[in-house]
Amino acid sequence: MFDDFFSRALIGGFGVAVVAGPLGCFIIWRRLAYFGDTLSHSALLGVAIALLLELNITLSVFIVSVLVALMLLLLQKRASLSSDALLGLLAHSVLAIGLVALAFMTWVRVDLMGFLFGDILAITTVDLALIWGGGAVVLAFLAKIWRALFAATVSYDLALAEGNKPDQVNLLFMVLMAAVIAVSMKIVGVLLITALLIIPAAAARRFATSPEQMAVIAIILGIVSVYIGLNGSLEFDTPAGPSIVVAALACFVLSVLPVNILRKRTGRSQKNLKDPDVGVS
Amino acid sequence: MLVSLENAGICRSEKWLVRGVSMTVDRGEIVTLIGPNGSGKSTTAKMALGVVAADEGVTKRKDKLHAKYVPQKLRLNSNLPLSVTRFLRLTDSADKVQIHSALRATETEHLAAVQMSNLSGGEFQRVMLARAILNSPEFLVLDEPVQGVDYNGEIMLYKLIEDIRDSLNCGILLISHDLHIVMSKTDRVICLNGHVCCSGTPAKVASSQEFKSLFGDRAASGLALYEHHHDHEHLPDGSIRTDKRTKTQNNVSSKNLVSNDVDEANENV
Repeated sequence: MFDDFFSRALIGGFGVAVVAGPLGCFIIWRRLAYFGDTLSHSALLGVAIALLLELNITLSVFIVSVLVALMLLLLQKRASLSSDALLGLLAHSVLAIGLVALAFMTWVRVDLMGFLFGDILAITTVDLALIWGGGAVVLAFLAKIWRALFAATVSYDLALAEGNKPDQVNLLFMVLMAAVIAVSMKIVGVLLITALLIIPAAAARRFATSPEQMAVIAIILGIVSVYIGLNGSLEFDTPAGPSIVVAALACFVLSVLPVNILRKRTGRSQKNLKDPDVGVS
Repeated sequence: MLVSLENAGICRSEKWLVRGVSMTVDRGEIVTLIGPNGSGKSTTAKMALGVVAADEGVTKRKDKLHAKYVPQKLRLNSNLPLSVTRFLRLTDSADKVQIHSALRATETEHLAAVQMSNLSGGEFQRVMLARAILNSPEFLVLDEPVQGVDYNGEIMLYKLIEDIRDSLNCGILLISHDLHIVMSKTDRVICLNGHVCCSGTPAKVASSQEFKSLFGDRAASGLALYEHHHDHEHLPDGSIRTDKRTKTQNNVSSKNLVSNDVDEANENV
């Protein structure tokens, strides 16, 4: 079944969706929605360094991504700026540094886009092994730190005071994220990986009453999006990656509608609809 | 000894938030931090928990201390799908029975399945306290634990805190602005204003000059009235048997009226 490019795309897409679901939940909970974009910008610098030092490009992109992720962690602790501002700062800075670095390398005449942005329809059997093998490792690590990472997401101070190690799990989370984005960007494209991180998780929020539930629903919605998107792209001859993103968006839109109708029937939730923070502040 | 600070201080941007704090919390005692806004109470509590490292001095904690923390402010991201039950399990595993008994103690068992984002301010504080007492912690840090809780609930929760101290034999570090309650339920009071102004038993602190200058004569006299509570008792008709002050007054009935009001308030406490 791996002979057919469409089956490979489907299985590869499912693999990415399974890994992206739970990670995407943390992205949403931690308000790091632009994390994927920041890392994709930093990939350009990774490519430049790889060409300069004649390194493996994926490895170089991964190392730069990890460094950028660590920089974000450090800035979150030190600077009095919010995460979105820091992500914006990092994204544009690394992109600019990457462009400047490439400009110095006058001998480089390559198609950068080809290095950076993969295509889900061009997935090879090796890519499949990388997605599912690497994905299993990432999910195993995530499962191990799940409780502590969630506690650190709810409140860093609380987690630290009550014997968790929030710094350690935050660090591991950032490395996992960097690995997933660096690897899958090359295989399935940057738009698809960042979208599969955020949109299924966002759609799952409306159905979930617990964090674990939200992760599982995000995985299911991701798989559904990949299936519908790829089949749609085959049917209507549209580009594969964007079609999957459109399918995910459709899931999100559908998820918002019926839940609101349900919620209006219960008085408690209704007041919360107007201002989600009202009970907490 | 659960926690001890020796001459500890925190410095941020070349300014000392709090400095020269020495204190210990032992099992079975409630130590209360009082002081005006910005006097370093929360910072001191975080230092005791190890959430912030002291920039000078020594902090010691018992090995593998089972601590629970009710921070002054906890803003939950509304993106978090988090029920009260799951919130109680945040850093500790617990079965249904343990969760139920913790919720019952704070009169919130009906909220077990409700999402945290749908709680009112007072309900939220009660749930925070329920989470803190789950699984019998050794050391509790309660930073203004009853803010936003209604009057009867406040009394109930302070009673609960006292009960926890007695039944679990845990050490409690409490931050509170309710001076009356602090003075009646606390074993030791530490009065902060960037440094330790005065410390000791509630009676000793209330009579100290530093306390009076920090909180004003009214607070001090309010506490004196509380102390006064112990030196008389009521007859069934509401009059007072052995009150030195009323004996010397001519108009006994009107004085009784005043004393009764004060006593009622104190009994509720």
